[in-house]
Amino acid sequence: MHQTARLAESTLETSTGLDNRKLAMWLFLASEAFFFGSLIATYLLYRGQSQTGPQPSDVFDIPFTSVSSFVLLMSSTTMALSVAAANRGDVRALRTWLLTTALLGMSFLAGQAFEFTDFYHRGLTLSSNLFGSTFYILTGFHGAHVSVGVLILLSLWVMAMRGQVGRHNAINVELSGLYWHFVDIVWILIFTLVYLIQP
Amino acid sequence: MAQATVPKPLGLLETLRQVRRDAATYQGIWSWIATVDHKRIGMMYLVTSLIFFLAGGIYALLIRLQLARPEADIVDPQTFNEFFTMHGTTMIFLVVMPLSSAFFNLVVPLMIGARDVAFPRLNAFSYWVFLLGGLFLYSSHILGGPPDGGWFGYAPLTVRQPGHGIDFWALGLQILGISSLASGFNFLVTILNMRAPGMSLFRLPVFVWMTMVTSFLIIFAMPVLAVALFQLSFSRLFGAHFFNPAAGGTPLLWQHLFWLFGHPEVYILILPAMGIVSEVLPTFARKPLFGYPFVVFSGIAIAFMSFGVWVHHMYTTGLGPVANSAFGITTILIAVPTGVKIFNWIGTLWGGNISLRTPLLFAVGFISMFVIGGLTGVMHSMVPSDYQQQDTYFVVAHFHQVLFGGAIFALFAGIYYWLPKFTGRLFNEKLGQLHFWLMLLGFNLTFQPMMVAGLMGMPRRVYTYPSGFGLEIWNLLATIGAFVIALSILVFIINAIYSLVMRRGEVAGADPWDGRTLEWSIPSPPPPYNFAEIPHVRARDPYWHEKYVEDQEGRPVPVVAGGANGEEHHEAEGHGGHGIHMPSPSYFPLIAALGFPIIGYGFIYADYALVAAGVVVLLLGIYGWALEPASE
Amino acid sequence: MTLSELRGVRRAQEEAQTVERHGFHPTVADYVRVAIILFIVTAIEVAIYYIPSLHGILVELLLALSSIKFVLVVLWYMHLRFDSKLFSALFAMGLAMTIALFVATLATLGAGLL
Repeated sequence: MHQTARLAESTLETSTGLDNRKLAMWLFLASEAFFFGSLIATYLLYRGQSQTGPQPSDVFDIPFTSVSSFVLLMSSTTMALSVAAANRGDVRALRTWLLTTALLGMSFLAGQAFEFTDFYHRGLTLSSNLFGSTFYILTGFHGAHVSVGVLILLSLWVMAMRGQVGRHNAINVELSGLYWHFVDIVWILIFTLVYLIQP
Repeated sequence: MAQATVPKPLGLLETLRQVRRDAATYQGIWSWIATVDHKRIGMMYLVTSLIFFLAGGIYALLIRLQLARPEADIVDPQTFNEFFTMHGTTMIFLVVMPLSSAFFNLVVPLMIGARDVAFPRLNAFSYWVFLLGGLFLYSSHILGGPPDGGWFGYAPLTVRQPGHGIDFWALGLQILGISSLASGFNFLVTILNMRAPGMSLFRLPVFVWMTMVTSFLIIFAMPVLAVALFQLSFSRLFGAHFFNPAAGGTPLLWQHLFWLFGHPEVYILILPAMGIVSEVLPTFARKPLFGYPFVVFSGIAIAFMSFGVWVHHMYTTGLGPVANSAFGITTILIAVPTGVKIFNWIGTLWGGNISLRTPLLFAVGFISMFVIGGLTGVMHSMVPSDYQQQDTYFVVAHFHQVLFGGAIFALFAGIYYWLPKFTGRLFNEKLGQLHFWLMLLGFNLTFQPMMVAGLMGMPRRVYTYPSGFGLEIWNLLATIGAFVIALSILVFIINAIYSLVMRRGEVAGADPWDGRTLEWSIPSPPPPYNFAEIPHVRARDPYWHEKYVEDQEGRPVPVVAGGANGEEHHEAEGHGGHGIHMPSPSYFPLIAALGFPIIGYGFIYADYALVAAGVVVLLLGIYGWALEPASE
Repeated sequence: MTLSELRGVRRAQEEAQTVERHGFHPTVADYVRVAIILFIVTAIEVAIYYIPSLHGILVELLLALSSIKFVLVVLWYMHLRFDSKLFSALFAMGLAMTIALFVATLATLGAGLL
């Protein structure tokens, strides 16, 4: 069988039958597990070891963060709905759910910004103590990942509004979804290990 | 992008499109800057790495000049620290890793019967990020001085070092890490997904297996280094306390994170080299690789186990007997699959029809030098033994034995073996042999004395040593040896220029070595599309089986005409209607890559507008990349 | 067609049948059900945080509950339940290795995990 070797979109033409980009995304997520694993391990190592400065119980507002967590969890739901809409070719639903997911993500980020500002005013900084260093680097990088996700979602939404996203390239929504859900499950871990389980 | 008819904006866009079209013709500088062809990217990696090899080598010669005599003052301690930091960092991140990448790029798609890698633009991106990362690191020379904390950057020293050197190191390695990660993902998807029909995993050439396994190591180990480097940078730039005992932290966190990366890293450095050896030996023994499944499984085992041994770099930090013993055991165990490979290589040569050409000389050199290095590694694995050896020149000798005597020798084997395929010219054989023997002599003259000096107690990372302890002769010999190595490299450069650049070398032809794998079945240099027709693979060593069948005594007998691929009849242009679409060139990978050094300089100078500018450049590059079609 | 191509076609057909059997794309109702469970579990987690009598087993309970959420999102929203086992293997490998490595690291430093 001859092959016109178009190297771009590939599904069943690949040796595994899996899409190149989806395989790449899962490899990326496996790699990211090590990134966040290192940050979480550092946090756990130093939990309760701060010699000075604010402790978690001095700054955490669990009800507030719980709401933030709900928001992010719901954004995963709306993300899944976006992917489903894309796969069905339902452009209206796709636009709605993409925008909703992005807005929920931005709400989460706004919550983080508010929280960090509040903590900062209570004396918690990167350099105040171990808690500050380990907390901000972990949640900071998580927030950065959410921000990138929001950027991707908004870009997709703009493309969807222009009619450039549909069943033919639904894979792009799916890939963004995988990334978004990953960022969400990292937060599930952070919320439990950092906020709820305190020294 | 919108189909505008307004002349002014279209002018720019149309110019850019014209540039891209020109680049597709493979002529001129733009064709290199915008290339996404794995063969060209591979050559760029190769040339860039060899230039960094010279830089790293010059540092080595300067180090050896200072250490040739006791209490010398050719360089002061600060400069000496910069030398060994840059030497190590260069050789590991800017030479051995990218040389391996060069071969991944050049050879893997051909070996699996593909036309390119899974993500050609990501591939180009990896190269540009590597180049820019290396230049960023080296720019420290003119921007306040290079880093001086060693290639391993131990805290708390690196947290406290004044100046920007350490920041160049940390940020530079972050940038290089991105290059490696991108490459890792690319090659994993390529190998898993783009194999020619019939190329099952157990028909893959061992070099491809080693590429796959190394790529797994890269994608799992580099993120840990990234975290360590972020923690270091945050400590330096923002006063974070990750490694600060006064705040309740521990410098051991750095060591753990660094070596969690660092030990898989050394296997990242050696496994591709082992893969090269596994290709060269069968070709020059005219026999299949002995025990292929064992060699493959050993590679997988080594990679997996490499994550379980890192604490052996920390035996002397006081973690206690339980930790030390546990990791001592795992470290001893990792020698087993390594040994399995050695025996299989010997078995490959045994009874073979040996052709002592330069690639084989380097491959055999690898085996002998690596065995010595590996044995010294086993010595280190024994905890009480390591208590004596840690931080002495015995360790320096060990890792040079495996990384130079091992990886570099194998990479040279790959250069002599595969460059004829990509340049169309063979190296001069006599000069090649001279290179080998001089290098073998020089190498041993440099590093065997270090074994002695180390066991006598000479510490590492010292800018001088006192006279009267018997160290003088060993250091002098090592310095002489280093210059013999330099001479051998000169021989290589002359050979490369004469044979390849000036094109005075013998014409290679498609298959100069009577090779076994698919890259030898296409012209030298290969056409852009690699294979006129994607091959159907029916066996391991597929090209060998296309060329030969076995007679009753098991001797190879050439296949009668008709079994050959008849490539001369299948030019792509003549395929009428079944044209081969190759991915279009793109300059967005370079644009995106440019964002990283800008961000880096922004952090170094605490100029956050510059950081933002770098982010904008990066985003522009990424959006351009995402929105342009992959192939037109 | 070569044998491997035939196999590829057969694999695709099998996958398509699996799709029909297991519901390759969960329905909107499925996603909402998962959302409700996530909501409830999170609420329980927060509630436990405020119940002093449970603080003895706080850690174990919270870990169990967040694991449930983690698994639900991965299996359903990220589709791993319905996708190729290769994806599951890759992700599991990353997860398992990082957990193992860092448990070992923390152990060598004398730090308990929690």
